Amino acid sequence: MELKLTEFTKRFGAVTVIEDMNLTVKSGEMIALLGPSGCGKSTTLFAICGIHKMSGGTLHFGERNVTSVPAQQRSVGVVFQNYALYPHMTVEQNIGFPLKVQKLPKSAIKSEVARLANLVQIGELLDRRPAQLSGGQQQRVALARAMIRKPDVLLLDEPLANLDAKLRLEMRSEIRRIQRETGITAILVTHDQVEAMSMCDRIALMKEGKIVQLDKPEQMYANPRSQFVAGFLGNPPISFLPASAGERLDLGASQTLARPSTLDAKGDIVIGIRPEHFGPQHGTGLEGEVIFVEPQGREELIDVRLDNGGAIRAILPSGEQLTVGQRVNWGVAIDRILAFSADGIRL
Amino acid sequence: MNANSRVWHLVLILTIFSAPLLIMYVFQVIDSVAQRNPGSLWPGELDLSNWRFLWEKIDAGRPSIWVVTFNTFIFATTTALAVTTLSATAGYALSRLNMPGRPYFLGGLIILHAFPTITLIIAIFIILQFMGLFDSLLGIIFVKAALELPFGVWIMKGFYDTVPWEIEMAGVQDGASRARVWWSLVLPQVKPGLAALLIISFLSGWSEFILPLVLAPGSSTQVLATYMNAVIQDDATADFGLFKAIGMFYSIPVIVIYLLFQKQLMNIYGGGTKG
Repeated sequence: MELKLTEFTKRFGAVTVIEDMNLTVKSGEMIALLGPSGCGKSTTLFAICGIHKMSGGTLHFGERNVTSVPAQQRSVGVVFQNYALYPHMTVEQNIGFPLKVQKLPKSAIKSEVARLANLVQIGELLDRRPAQLSGGQQQRVALARAMIRKPDVLLLDEPLANLDAKLRLEMRSEIRRIQRETGITAILVTHDQVEAMSMCDRIALMKEGKIVQLDKPEQMYANPRSQFVAGFLGNPPISFLPASAGERLDLGASQTLARPSTLDAKGDIVIGIRPEHFGPQHGTGLEGEVIFVEPQGREELIDVRLDNGGAIRAILPSGEQLTVGQRVNWGVAIDRILAFSADGIRL
Repeated sequence: MNANSRVWHLVLILTIFSAPLLIMYVFQVIDSVAQRNPGSLWPGELDLSNWRFLWEKIDAGRPSIWVVTFNTFIFATTTALAVTTLSATAGYALSRLNMPGRPYFLGGLIILHAFPTITLIIAIFIILQFMGLFDSLLGIIFVKAALELPFGVWIMKGFYDTVPWEIEMAGVQDGASRARVWWSLVLPQVKPGLAALLIISFLSGWSEFILPLVLAPGSSTQVLATYMNAVIQDDATADFGLFKAIGMFYSIPVIVIYLLFQKQLMNIYGGGTKG
C-alpha cells in the first residue's frame, strides 16, 4: 500500500524537529530513512505509526487519511530496536497477541502463528520465552509479530543495531527476503549507510529534520546532491580537498589535476574523491607520503598526506607492500571527481 | 585459610550483640509452654495451660481469640488488597502519564511517607466520629490503607519505571487499548512488586497497634495487638506465661509468611525501588 506523507511538521514544545517534510513510499517498496542521530528519522517513524501526534501535515495509507487515526487502528507493524517482545509470554503468544486483541478464535490464531513462524523460520521455537532466544531469533519473533496483522506498512526502527556483525549480515538479507516475499511496503530507519544501501529500494537521507536527497542507493552514491550526502555514503568515506578551478584544478603547492569534462565552475571549490578512484591504477598526478596503512584482509586502506597538506584515502587490493613514510605518486579517475561549491552544493 | 576462619572475629562480635535478642526469642518460646519457676533462669515442667486461650475464653469479659484473630485477618487482608490495587494504578499513572503537577505529587508522596502518623490521630478521630465509622473495622481499614498508600505508590512507581516503554508502544501497535496494554502487558512485568507490596502491607496491618487502640477500642473490633495489650493491662497480677503464649500465637503467621515469601520480599528491598 502506498504511503504518502505531506508537509509533515513535528514540534516538541517550542522546538520544531521536522518542518514540511514530504515523502511518498510506493506500494511494495522498501525505503530507508537514513541520517545521523538527531536528524528526525525516528520522530518520523513514530509519527507514521501513530505514537507521536503530527503537529501539521497529513498522512495517507493508500486512499485512507490516517492523520488523526489512533495508533491501534492504523494497521502498522513495527519492529523496535530492542524488539520489545513481551517477556512473560511464549513466542507463540507473542506472535499471536495482535490477533488475540482482535478476539479471533484460537484455532485461527494458531494457524496464522504457524504461517508466520514458518515465514521467519522459527517454527521450532514457539514454546520458548524471549529470554531463552538469541538476538537474531528475537528479531525474527518481532518481525513475525509485526507482520501477523497483515499491516499496510511495516516500520523497522534500527532493527540490526543490537546484533553482532555476523548476525547483522544474515538478518539484513532475511528482512529483505521477507519483505519481498510478502510484498509489504516498508520503511527502515537506520544510521548505518551500509544497511540502507544493501536493503532498500530507495534511500531518503535526512539532515536536521529535512530530506536532503531521496534516490536509489547507486544513484545516491554516484551522484550525490551535496557534500553532506557524498560524505555520509561510502565506506571508507570520501576524501574532500579544497581546490581552485581554472584551466586545471589547482590543489596548491603546484599539485594540479585535469578538469573533469562536466565541470563548468571557476574559482574556489571543494572536490571529493572516493577511495576507489585514487591509486596507482589511475596513473600518476598527486604526490604525497603514506601516513597510515590499515590491512582489511582482501583490501588495504591507505591514508596519503599530499604535499600540499591535504589528506586523501585510497583502497587497494592487498599485497601492495606499502609502508608508512613511503613516497607515492598516484593518479585520480578524473571523470569520477565530485565537485562542490564552498557551501557544499554539488556543481 | 578459608573465609570462615578469616572473619571469626566479626562472627564473634555479631554473636555477642545478637545474643540478647536470641535469648529473648528462646525464652519467648520456652516460657509459653513451661511452668513458672520463680527465682530460677531454668523453666519448670512442660505446661500447656498457657495456651488455654485457644479453646476457652480467658475471662468472661473478653471476646474469643478466634473472633479477634478473624478481625485481625480481615483488617490486614483488606488493607493489603486496597493498598496493592490502588498502588498498582496510581504508580502506573505517576510513572507513565504526563499529568499536571506530577513532580509535586511525587514530592508529596515522599513527605507523606515520612510523616509521623500519630500527629494526625486526633484529626482522624474526629473525621471517623463524624462519618460514623468510629469503633468499626471499616474505619480503621480506611485509615490504615490511606496511611500505607504513599509507600505503596512510590514502590510501584519504581517498578513501573523499569518496564521499557517499547513494550507499551508495541502493544499499542498490536492494536491493544491503553487499558489492555496496562493489564496484559505491563502488569505482568511488575508482578514481583505487587506480590511484595501485598505481603508487606499485610504484615504491616497484622502488626498495627495504635490505630485500632485509639480508633476502634470496643471489644467487638479488637485485633490481636490490642487484645494482648488488654490482657497485660487489665489483670492485677499479670500472667506473663499467658501473654507470651498469645505473643507466640500472634507471631506465627508473620514467621510463616517470611519463610514462604522471602524471595518476593527481597525484590522490594533489592531492585525494585529505583525511583
